[in-house]
Amino acid sequence: MAGFDKVVNTYEEAMAGLEDGMTVIAGGFGICGIPENLINQIKKMGTKELTIISNNCGIDGFGLGVLLEDRQIKKMVSSYVGENKLFEEQLLSGQLEVELTPQGTLAEKMRAAGAGIPAFYTATGYGTDIGEGKDVREFNGRKYILEESIQGDFSIVKAWKADRYGNAIYRNTAMNFNPMAATAGKICVMEVEEIVEPGELDPMYVHTPGIYVDRLIQGTFEKRIEKRTVREG
Amino acid sequence: MALSRDQMAIRVARELQDGYYVNLGIGIPTLVANHVPEGMEVMLQSENGLLGMGPFPTEDQIDPDLINAGKQLVTTAKGASIFSSAESFAMIRGGHVDLTVLGAFEVDVNGSIASWMIPGKLIKGMGGAMDLVAGADNIIVLMTHADKYGNSKLLPQCNLPLTGAGCITQVLTDLAYVEIRDGKFHLVERAPGVSVEEIVEKTAGEMVVPDHVPEIQF
Repeated sequence: MAGFDKVVNTYEEAMAGLEDGMTVIAGGFGICGIPENLINQIKKMGTKELTIISNNCGIDGFGLGVLLEDRQIKKMVSSYVGENKLFEEQLLSGQLEVELTPQGTLAEKMRAAGAGIPAFYTATGYGTDIGEGKDVREFNGRKYILEESIQGDFSIVKAWKADRYGNAIYRNTAMNFNPMAATAGKICVMEVEEIVEPGELDPMYVHTPGIYVDRLIQGTFEKRIEKRTVREG
Repeated sequence: MALSRDQMAIRVARELQDGYYVNLGIGIPTLVANHVPEGMEVMLQSENGLLGMGPFPTEDQIDPDLINAGKQLVTTAKGASIFSSAESFAMIRGGHVDLTVLGAFEVDVNGSIASWMIPGKLIKGMGGAMDLVAGADNIIVLMTHADKYGNSKLLPQCNLPLTGAGCITQVLTDLAYVEIRDGKFHLVERAPGVSVEEIVEKTAGEMVVPDHVPEIQF
């Protein structure tokens, strides 16, 4: 690597330095826009006791679901889980800890971490179990709870295209949590479908500026579909 | 007769206005999209980052990178935009969505709603529901009046863990259209052929009944 070039050539290099007990922030919504190959690399490395911050935990045999197979995950911070049997089993047997977080709060926790904001007030969850024990303040006659941002040791992100400097563009709703995740990891690893030369992307249409990206790798993606809803043509 | 799921959706669709940005929850609320009045333009928001959701794709339009909040394949409508989850919830929390329609297990006289968790059953999570009820000014809860055992879902106080406190003012059930204010349910309309007595009997929370309660017309 030289200068602003973020490209690494192997998935081993991409995830080097990930250790047991670390916190990993992952982009994706359901199994749309997930860093498939980076997840598979973590599976291969066998890293354990991980805390994973991700809206969901994949499905059986795909996405983050594969990290459950060898019990690599200690704790999940998510808004919606349980689309996989293995998840349910490990949760009920106490092998897996889950911290449920409202979806918008989860996105903001990542965004805030990346933007250097340690905590923020939100009305979401006030008066519910989620607000229990959290600082409450009133602004303009309405009550808000204090939520803390979440930083990861690593963040793993999937984009569509990036130039070698890490300037990236997402495709359709595969964007979801990825732009915030990219900013919230001490080391951001991004995988993409295509790497182009600097200058090939129109700067006006860059979603994630390369400053957030530490390592960039090109991969091939299965892009499995969770709910195949189709209408007659 | 209690309203069918489609009739409930038809009644709620009458609350739509031209130019509305609308978020529809999973389940019966989704059906509202089928009853947008002719000539009216409405844009559907999906909280995974899509404003201007189109119908399911045909076989040759399938794109795994384009789904809705229910993880179903969708298409984009003309004039759609796509953005991050943070942006999506900024527009929700910021009160920019004109109408939110969602389901619930229970609603109470103080406008609190329980819709995400039944203790003892597997807890899957609240997804975006807590953000939606906290952020929207105009929310319609769409649910059956009683559960399958006949227990009222309109209560003096919610029993289940809350999704939001004091945030609901309108409820459409299979029996009635109800408003919530001043710590009471107010009966506004009733399903055709359903008596006021039956509605009051199936409402556990205090309900104010005006002299005349019109039937919902279809």
